[in-house]
Amino acid sequence: MRRKLIRGSVAVAAVVALAACSTDDVDDPAPQAEGSSEETEGSSEEWFVQADYDEQFEQRSATFEGDPEQPWLQYIDGEMTDTSSFAAKGAKKVCFSNASIDNPWRQTGWITMNEQLKVLQDAGVISEMETRDAQADDNTQLSDIDYFISEGGCDAFVISPNSTAALTPGVERACETGKPVIVFDRGVETDCPTTFIHPIGGYAWGIDTAEFLSENLEEGDKVVALRILPGVDVLEHRWAAAEKIFEENGIDAVDYFTGADPTEIKSIISDELAKGDVHGVWMDAGDGAVAAIEAFEDAGADLPVMTGEDEMSFLRKWEETGLTGLAPVYSNFQWRTPLLAVEKIFKGEEVPKEWVLPQVPITEEERAQFLEANDGMPDGHYAKFGGEDLPGYPDVWQERIIP
Amino acid sequence: MSAPTVVPVSGARPPIPEHRGGPGRRLVEALQTPGGGVFVLAALLLVAVVVANPSFGEPGSLIRFVGRTAPIAIAAMGQYFVIVSGEFDLSMGAVITAQVVMAGNLIGQDDGKVVPVLLLMIGLGVLIGLVNGLLTTLLKVPSFIVTLGTMLALSGLVLYLTGGAATGNPADSFRNIGRGGIQGVPVLEVIPYPALILLVLAVGAVVLMRRPFGRTLIAAGDNPEAARLAGTTLWWLKTRAFVLSSLSATVAGIILVGYAGVHPSVGRGYEFTAITAVVLGGVVLGGGRGWVLSAAAGAFALELLFSLLNFLGVESTWRDTVQGVIIIAAVAVAGRAWSAGRRPASRSPAGPDPATSPATSPATSPASPGTPVPGTTQGES
Repeated sequence: MRRKLIRGSVAVAAVVALAACSTDDVDDPAPQAEGSSEETEGSSEEWFVQADYDEQFEQRSATFEGDPEQPWLQYIDGEMTDTSSFAAKGAKKVCFSNASIDNPWRQTGWITMNEQLKVLQDAGVISEMETRDAQADDNTQLSDIDYFISEGGCDAFVISPNSTAALTPGVERACETGKPVIVFDRGVETDCPTTFIHPIGGYAWGIDTAEFLSENLEEGDKVVALRILPGVDVLEHRWAAAEKIFEENGIDAVDYFTGADPTEIKSIISDELAKGDVHGVWMDAGDGAVAAIEAFEDAGADLPVMTGEDEMSFLRKWEETGLTGLAPVYSNFQWRTPLLAVEKIFKGEEVPKEWVLPQVPITEEERAQFLEANDGMPDGHYAKFGGEDLPGYPDVWQERIIP
Repeated sequence: MSAPTVVPVSGARPPIPEHRGGPGRRLVEALQTPGGGVFVLAALLLVAVVVANPSFGEPGSLIRFVGRTAPIAIAAMGQYFVIVSGEFDLSMGAVITAQVVMAGNLIGQDDGKVVPVLLLMIGLGVLIGLVNGLLTTLLKVPSFIVTLGTMLALSGLVLYLTGGAATGNPADSFRNIGRGGIQGVPVLEVIPYPALILLVLAVGAVVLMRRPFGRTLIAAGDNPEAARLAGTTLWWLKTRAFVLSSLSATVAGIILVGYAGVHPSVGRGYEFTAITAVVLGGVVLGGGRGWVLSAAAGAFALELLFSLLNFLGVESTWRDTVQGVIIIAAVAVAGRAWSAGRRPASRSPAGPDPATSPATSPATSPASPGTPVPGTTQGES
């Protein structure tokens, strides 16, 4: 009797302890919340910076320098970094510290980057690229960067930070080596890098999507916002902007965190449909968009007005169902830009200090064109991957072999 | 020793204390145990959910809810077999994820591969169960550690295969198992296939628990030493429980591929949801007590609770906390209720000595096959 009680309570303690671990796991694939702890979770107002919102609002209609056929080299006119001191002959070694490849967007970009690398290797610009994947762990990425600094023998650093605040010291240490440092995707809180490459940003995403939903819905309509996780700046900015616009337009928006788990998404939509009509679905990333649409189909409800992403699974489902939708884009082609920046830097050509790439959503009119262009691509592929002129196209992306 | 003297009272079967009194009284008594109380709890929660949100009570909504809860209930029944035998299966969620990802990668859009891959998935489920069971029983590694290891190994495998991202959904014919249903049913509109699968498996599980396998499994969980002395081959008994558990995870995975789609996050946390459901169903951690349908009812109660919280506007971020509190509270309540229920009510002919009551379950196992020499098997080993 006593033995059983003890065994039982040990087991329970262990279950509870493990439950705690598994909660960590849930957050694991995602970057840790950035910033000081009191700023991490909480209402989106803490993530809303009016000046950034206004800037990105303007940038959506800005003129981009460069060839529109090569959007990955376009930028908004602004401060440039003089790189004449880096000018050098010969093939250079690039060290790439990657946050992770744990979502389809990053995987697609990673494939594109490797194809771009082959071109530059053949051209004798880059000798090799040594990559360390931090598997979405800040500490791992910091030690990856330190390894590169001390033992990598790197000529240039490319860093895709896992989170903003935590990786700032690592990027600063890389800058202190005096070698070119290129940061892309998520940002850091220092302007020491030679160039910081990113599409317009999260606010622009939020503005595009929330305006679209507001235009296609009536005041008082219900929108379910499906968010992957809290605490990541680019995702929080998307929601912060969208929430503001929903409020201004009298749209009744309720947001949920889903972890991109389709089971969770289906349960949330099913429960919301049981509560009452849902007129719109807003997503901060397209992963799981199909599950959301299926939940409406399964419940026999009218399909919502919806914003997903330029992921093929959403584009295909969107076309198949004929719902009113928009595919916002967080330009995946930005994964080419860092290596092309390396080429420019070692040629001594100036590069934008903040390299803002175009970020244009795919509308219903353009959808057929993108579906056709990406015919045969897997569901996790992103339509605006921008690798059509690379030698491995289309097989490498179709087979989707992760390098 | 005194148990065999009970046998001749009512002919073919020994009277189990629970079988005294009329069906009505037995029902009331059963509902007072933790294993029966969960049905009351689920019913109360259902009423609460319908009050909070009347449209949930429509037959069409309810049957869809049953379909959506089916994979959790199936996983809980699988977990029940392991828990009632005194072990744990923490690998369940990872098995589901591995199976889901495998289905996505191997089937693709090729309808012809559906059946072979289904067989492969079942084979993998059996294999994982065998590994869990044999390591636990033959190498005497605690199941907690073994299944934790399997969980990590499978998670690593999934990460390796997918890089952590979705690969795309398999052919619709495969997904139909979890997504489709019998259309045009009067009143209900539709009967989802997962609800039917749940029904079939629930009947199967009840039958299994009434057979010698089920009786000895409970006996082994209650007192492995006594079960061993009674002639049970413990390693094979428990290994079969692990196989049932990972097979139920496989079925849950097959349903989830259809219901949700392929994503490395599908199945995440399922082992804890299943354990919570089992515990909520009044099944005693450590084994030996509990009814298999109570585990399924626990799954329904849990999902109803989450829906209720959702309808009441409680943030879904509280879900993990709720689950943690439930595990602790349910174990505390169940532990008290079982022991409280045992003492005063057991004025059985076997005598008032509490030491004999754990022996009642092993004693029923040799008796139930209807062999002519009930009770004597105890002496053979």
